[in-house]
Amino acid sequence: MLMSYREALNQAMREEMRRDSRIFLIGEEVGYYQGAFKVSKGFVEEFGPQRVIDTPITEAGFTGLAIGAAMAGLHPVVELMTMNFGIVALDQIVNNAAKIHYMSGGQLSVPLVIRGPGSAAHQLGAQHSQSLEAWFCHVPGLKVIAPSTPYDAKGLLKNAIRDNNPVIFIEAQLLYGTKGEVGDGEYTIPIGVAEVKRAGHDATIVAYSKMLLLALEAADQLSREGLDVEVIDPRTLKPLDLPTIVASVKKTGRLVIVEEGWRFCGLGAQIAESVYAAAFDFLDAPIQRVTGEDVPMPYSRPLEDAAIPDKTRVIEAVKTVCGVR
Amino acid sequence: MDRADLLSLFRQMLLIRRFEEKSAEMYALAKIAGFLHLYIGEEAIAVGAIAALRPDDYAISAYRDHGHCLARGSDPDQVMAELFGKATGLCRGKGGSMHLVDAPRRFMGGYAIVGGHIPLATGFAFATKYRALDLVTVCFFGEGAVPSGQAHEAFNLAALWKLPVIFICENNRYGMGTPVERAIALYEDVSETARSYGIGAERVDGMDVLAVRDLMRRVVGQVRAGQGPFFIEAMTYRFMGHSMSDPAHGHYRTKEEVDEQRKRDPLTLLKQTILNNKLGDEADFKQLEREVSEVVTAAVKFADESPFPAPSELYNDVLVE
Repeated sequence: MLMSYREALNQAMREEMRRDSRIFLIGEEVGYYQGAFKVSKGFVEEFGPQRVIDTPITEAGFTGLAIGAAMAGLHPVVELMTMNFGIVALDQIVNNAAKIHYMSGGQLSVPLVIRGPGSAAHQLGAQHSQSLEAWFCHVPGLKVIAPSTPYDAKGLLKNAIRDNNPVIFIEAQLLYGTKGEVGDGEYTIPIGVAEVKRAGHDATIVAYSKMLLLALEAADQLSREGLDVEVIDPRTLKPLDLPTIVASVKKTGRLVIVEEGWRFCGLGAQIAESVYAAAFDFLDAPIQRVTGEDVPMPYSRPLEDAAIPDKTRVIEAVKTVCGVR
Repeated sequence: MDRADLLSLFRQMLLIRRFEEKSAEMYALAKIAGFLHLYIGEEAIAVGAIAALRPDDYAISAYRDHGHCLARGSDPDQVMAELFGKATGLCRGKGGSMHLVDAPRRFMGGYAIVGGHIPLATGFAFATKYRALDLVTVCFFGEGAVPSGQAHEAFNLAALWKLPVIFICENNRYGMGTPVERAIALYEDVSETARSYGIGAERVDGMDVLAVRDLMRRVVGQVRAGQGPFFIEAMTYRFMGHSMSDPAHGHYRTKEEVDEQRKRDPLTLLKQTILNNKLGDEADFKQLEREVSEVVTAAVKFADESPFPAPSELYNDVLVE
């Protein structure tokens, strides 16, 4: 059935919470307010305030509490109102959640999902528009997921909740209202498996989350101009499904990586390095990256537009790797 | 007062004392590296507090954690092997001095970001309450953690949700080299911080193991009964430097001050109580010294003879498979 990204997330959590009483949702406004972006609509009514827990505005405190609860046998889902506020909880995420299994020699584990929207929406200013996935991907001990479609969001969130590791699950405010086909029955999508969203043979675009939609639009336009582009959504950013990307690059010989995050030390830099190492001889042109600009996000609309990748830049990058002007 | 009980408390404190003195020797011999924070002088708090717990209650500590781990009953062989970085250590050599964990004994670990483990303790308490278990969580930290934001957030959550957690502030008067009066606005009564969140709080002589245990028994009873969190400020003193890299006295405190505090050595105080009440004599203490010395010597031998982790261990346990 056709469903919004928001509804898909809601359904994933609802199904999992019905299945396992150890799972609870905790965060700011997740209960009676129904979630700042209405992802947990109807939850407090169905599961009660014991399992749908409104918190004070103290991300470090409640994230740490959730990590402790996970260590003691529960399976928390932490909603961050936005991923930007995860910076406040970064000590808990990096120093505790990511390391406890390793530091304890495998004695303790932290089965936990931390989810919420990353990336820019419309003119939210510098502190509410960040794409921080590279930060999380940098830390051993975390899994990082950033789905682009309602179908993927549901299947991956269900598996994230079932995973016994700390999983950072990055949504996007501008994706919540987007709609897509979601299967009726129970299904999950494996973590760490990319999907070819559009097959093609002239060039490969790797893009995730909101940028995947941009990449597909660009590919549509390019096809009208005679370029047949393959679009891959890694879906899981860590562990990254490198074989799927490399197989595509070996076929097309050309790669464009699109990300909304800052260019310097961005995730695309890592993907490019991995592809160069694995498929250098297959590349017919240097890899192109389309990224966010290295500035704090400006408020003013034209400046904000200039700071975020758009379709034109993606198209130009594909033409560049294809040697078409 | 019971002879066996008091001698048992003394033995536990003596084990921590001799274990750590030996650790310092092993550090000098480069058998132990990195950071090593000794608990010497503060043993009565871990031993007294943990004596009031059930084996299934949770305990968690900061980076000065050898005492809590040993008081919880961890095998000294495995603790020493962990300090040596050996494969037979509690954490297979991946934790080290500051990150001891003994999950079967519900010792949930030592954590080395000041204040960062206090929210975890509220999480254990949250989980036990969520599952309707009658367990308590005890969280040890130094007074240096009290002004940290994470401590305040945890205190608020614990009070707000009436979580069964006991916060034990080991006030040894110095956060590394900075005295408490230069670090905490309400330094004369650190418990005020907890009271401001509506958490019951009391101060105790942290050099008196019996006083610590008496208070803890009362507090554990009420916390287990569902009356919400409690905060204990245990007044103590660290006889050694902050870590192995600074001397016991010098830059920030005088030899006279340390000597004065050493007169209230928790082991001496308990020994005096035992002798005064004629519940033991010098022969008993000599016997305990012999027993503990054998345990510590054996722990060093075990650690020394154990293998280092194999290189193939490097990537194990980054993630749960």
